[in-house]
Amino acid sequence: MSIKLEKLTYTYMPGSPFAATAVRDVSFEIGDGEFFALIGHTGSGKTTIAMHLNALLKPVSGRVLVDGTDINEKGVSRREVRRKVGMVFQYPEYQLFEETVNRDVAFGPKNLGLSEAECTERVSEALARVKLSQAEIGERSPLELSGGQMRRVAIAGVLAMRPSTLVLDEPAAGLDPAGRRDMLELVSTLHKEGTTIVMVSHSMEDVANYATHIAVLEHGALALEGAPREVFAHGARLAKIGLDVPVTVRIADMLREKGYAPPEGVCRMEELRGWLLEHLERGTGLK
Amino acid sequence: MMKNITLGQFMPGDSVIHKLDPRCKLGLTLAYIIGVFLVKGVAGYLITAALVVFVARLARIPIKYLARGLKPLKWIVIFTAVLNLFMTGGEDVLVRVWKITITMTGLRNAFFFTFRLAFLVLGTSVLTLTTSPIVLTDALERIMSPLKVVRFPAHEIAMMMTIALRFIPTLTEEAQKILNAQSARGADFESGSIFRRAKAMVPLLVPLFVSAFRRAGDLAMAMEARCYHGGEGRTRLRVLKYSRYDLYAVAVMAAYIVLVVLEGVLL
Repeated sequence: MSIKLEKLTYTYMPGSPFAATAVRDVSFEIGDGEFFALIGHTGSGKTTIAMHLNALLKPVSGRVLVDGTDINEKGVSRREVRRKVGMVFQYPEYQLFEETVNRDVAFGPKNLGLSEAECTERVSEALARVKLSQAEIGERSPLELSGGQMRRVAIAGVLAMRPSTLVLDEPAAGLDPAGRRDMLELVSTLHKEGTTIVMVSHSMEDVANYATHIAVLEHGALALEGAPREVFAHGARLAKIGLDVPVTVRIADMLREKGYAPPEGVCRMEELRGWLLEHLERGTGLK
Repeated sequence: MMKNITLGQFMPGDSVIHKLDPRCKLGLTLAYIIGVFLVKGVAGYLITAALVVFVARLARIPIKYLARGLKPLKWIVIFTAVLNLFMTGGEDVLVRVWKITITMTGLRNAFFFTFRLAFLVLGTSVLTLTTSPIVLTDALERIMSPLKVVRFPAHEIAMMMTIALRFIPTLTEEAQKILNAQSARGADFESGSIFRRAKAMVPLLVPLFVSAFRRAGDLAMAMEARCYHGGEGRTRLRVLKYSRYDLYAVAVMAAYIVLVVLEGVLL
């Protein structure tokens, strides 16, 4: 399934003195099975774009096509769109409301009108996918859990609707370094299991290790777009926007300056580490 | 959800009207309300309109934007106007169709009521548009402070109002976020019977209450940490002071009242 934005423009409170255009003429396509990263500063319009992907906002102009259909056209079921494109907001733990974790995760499937048995099955599956033990926490109140667990429960609540695309807005925000890594690993696992991922983030570091495609936003407009190595090649442009290239790219650049030849376009930590370990010991790797 | 509401919204600026002392503005607004009630005829409303336009110009509020504040009152205005039009008894009958009669008095009442309400809203919107809620409660505290003698908690009440006003946008935003999040999970807030719709509010209200309490706790802690202990012995960073503009404003308002009263007596 693919999502395509065509000249998307959105203005908050149009017609009032508070009118603010958050997104201007943005077009891109999110391919099936991609790990798509939407990067930009606070206020660059990334969350606003994300909210268009499942029709929570209606564009002022432009179109959003999911599987080739304009989702804002009359007669298109928003519920169906929202089932296909799951959305995990920033700090999703604040949306938990049910008495037990099981019932909270079942909220989405129930809204889809599924049977009790089907709901139960989906809850178990979703909790397992976010690496939570249903036996342990299933009957507890979601408000008693730790912050990281609550976030996982909230993500499970969206996964239980079995979306083919999952949009995550800053899933690692406010977590400690270990929690961050776990969360990003979890997102990466979901991606490997076949879910198309759209991740909104302001950190290049977070996306460098996982993304297959990156779109960089600046003041509501698309600044750069492409595969990670293409985007990171524009170091100067990124610096101007106020975004850093990931540490891997910087290390590789420094090595190149010193006359070494790390692989072209390296940006994943694993890749660079492998190359370094291989060559450092033997003292090779020079151009 | 709460888009396009002019009524009660603050528009930051640095015009003469913005800079008036809030106590003065409160008093003048009260005087204005009395003035609008004193209006007896069309001439009075023309004077009132002139005053509103003059003040809005000074405050650099677009008249169009100001007028939009009347929108939420549409139904009240129509309802009362219709009620006045058809329900007023009297001898000076204009039209009579079956059991419905329209009298001249009824027509006048409907006309006056509509304009009275509209001008009340327009005038008081100027106050809220040009005065930040924080400053307004500040003024209220000062006005109420003589009551402290009889152990009236003026400071505490003003502080509560300030905090409540401060959190309205925050909670609105939060409610919108939760609404979006639950909509994304397929929640339906718009269709079904009243009972179903009330039930559908649970996924919205529970997280909203949880977060409101969390925020209240955090705020109390933050205030404690900065040694807040109520109003006693507390001094202000910005002391309210009257300026000559306040004097001008009082003069303008006095002129308005005099004109309106004269209009009632002479015409």
